[in-house]
Amino acid sequence: MNIVVCMKQVPDTTEVKIDPATGTLIREGIPSIINPDDKSGLEAALALKDSAGARVTVLSMGPPQADVALREALAMGADEAILLSDRAFGGADTWATSSTIAAALRKLPFDLVICGRQAIDGDTAQVGPQIAEHLGLPQVSYVSELSLEAGQKSVVVKRVFEDGYQRIRVKLPCLLTALRDMNSPRYMSVSGAFEAYGKQIKVWGLADLGLDPQSIGLKGSPTRVKQSFTKGAKSAGKVYELDAKEGAKLIVDRLKEKFII
Amino acid sequence: MDISEYKGVLVFAERRAGTIQKIAYELLGIGRTIADALGQPLAALVVGSGIKDAEAADLIASGADEVVVADAPELAAYVTEPYAKVLTQAIRERKPGVVFVGATTIGRDLAPRVSARVHTGLTADCTGLAVEDATNNLLMTRPAFGGNIMATIVCPEHRPQMSTVRPGVMRRLDKDPSRKGEVSRLDVKIEKADLNVEILEAVVEKAARKNIEEASVLVSGGRGLGSPENYAKLSPLAEELGGLVSASRAVVDAGWAAPDRQVGQTGKTVRPDLYLALGISGMIQHIAGMEDSDYIVAVNKNPDAPIFEFADVGIVTDANKLVPALVEELRTAKLER
Repeated sequence: MNIVVCMKQVPDTTEVKIDPATGTLIREGIPSIINPDDKSGLEAALALKDSAGARVTVLSMGPPQADVALREALAMGADEAILLSDRAFGGADTWATSSTIAAALRKLPFDLVICGRQAIDGDTAQVGPQIAEHLGLPQVSYVSELSLEAGQKSVVVKRVFEDGYQRIRVKLPCLLTALRDMNSPRYMSVSGAFEAYGKQIKVWGLADLGLDPQSIGLKGSPTRVKQSFTKGAKSAGKVYELDAKEGAKLIVDRLKEKFII
Repeated sequence: MDISEYKGVLVFAERRAGTIQKIAYELLGIGRTIADALGQPLAALVVGSGIKDAEAADLIASGADEVVVADAPELAAYVTEPYAKVLTQAIRERKPGVVFVGATTIGRDLAPRVSARVHTGLTADCTGLAVEDATNNLLMTRPAFGGNIMATIVCPEHRPQMSTVRPGVMRRLDKDPSRKGEVSRLDVKIEKADLNVEILEAVVEKAARKNIEEASVLVSGGRGLGSPENYAKLSPLAEELGGLVSASRAVVDAGWAAPDRQVGQTGKTVRPDLYLALGISGMIQHIAGMEDSDYIVAVNKNPDAPIFEFADVGIVTDANKLVPALVEELRTAKLER
């Protein structure tokens, strides 16, 4: 069985700080990590490799330095790593990103594609389902459990909703998006890390994928960022000394103003 | 693509287990604003099985000029492909300029699939939507980097302009039963091949067992409440607000609440739309676990409690007396709506 895990290298947002003077994001010195949902997707793939035997390929799109995330995935136990990297891919929105990744997947053998549910920098949760659409694959998103059925022709997954869950059987090939609470990803092993540095990471660019330059990167993106801004630091609100009834009235008024109720 | 052919606003009126969801009414609220700004009609698409006339009437009373009903036995429960097929068909036949879908675990599965199929842009989890005067383009504002950065996105050359909209942010309209609107049917054909996944089991879980990190409203109690009995009285309040009950470490240590309810320190970091802190003094570890909440209300007897420095609104009073008063006020507010 062939499994491809799509991963994104992201800044560790728990470390992201806002420059109080300019109100912009301080990016210098912020460590990069494998996006947490993606890392759980990788762990799920490696667990299938351990239990049922599978070849696990990790696929990422990003600048050349994203190879660090792919090396970590190799050290965790992935068999092969491919980085989609080309200046022409830059500025892509989720439509152009998913088109690019789908083009790479067309060149690879796979029975199962696993993406993380969403990346912690963009939080869109769109790339996984869009890849599935480009490839015409069935998708199940928000997956918190995964098991392979006997015969290796289908998987059963737990799909989480706000108000419950479903158990879903889906035939292979298909695409799943993984939640980070699916598992606890393993650490790199010493021998794995050693081997990983001997492995080659394939780098594919525009020419390798045979895509129309108009359909990728900024040019191929239907959406544009018009403006970005910070919310601004929050200042302490007002404190009122009131009896319970007045206090309750004031809270309800504020919640109405804020459209919370 | 001739974008001038695309007119009107279409909202996906999410329906689960035979009930139109709250998000549908919120989408109609913002959809009405955008449709009026464009001078174009607002339609709601409702997908399901056994959809009643009263449901369509309710959507019209809540702002829709037209309700498009897609009703088939295969559409009883949400499955990606059949629903994607229906929404795609509605877009292709009706050519709306704007499509809103709720940023729920269903909407965030459906909308990207459809946007890829019709080759248009999709902006995730919008918290602000407006029409740009000069161009009539939709301005879609969304948070990124965990809410630290806001970005305004446009989709100038593709149609429809699609957004998923964060639940709980947009205001629904007051219902007006005298509003007039049309109901039409979408002729849908679901084939066997569209049912490409098999639902083996569907479980609805009670809110109490749900994860506090996922809640949009948290009613959180501290030791200031004085007793486990008083802490237990937070449940009806949480229910009234559609949220969950959470707790400070002191309350968990005292055994009034389960460890999975704890905010801060070894507990969880939460970021709900509303955090209501009742009888919580605001130890730094607790603050670290909840300070990114969108709106913080604190109630404490002690005017010097540190929690007030982090609250959007603070009330100095006995939280035990305020809780029943607040439940009462919320019920009154609901009746007025």
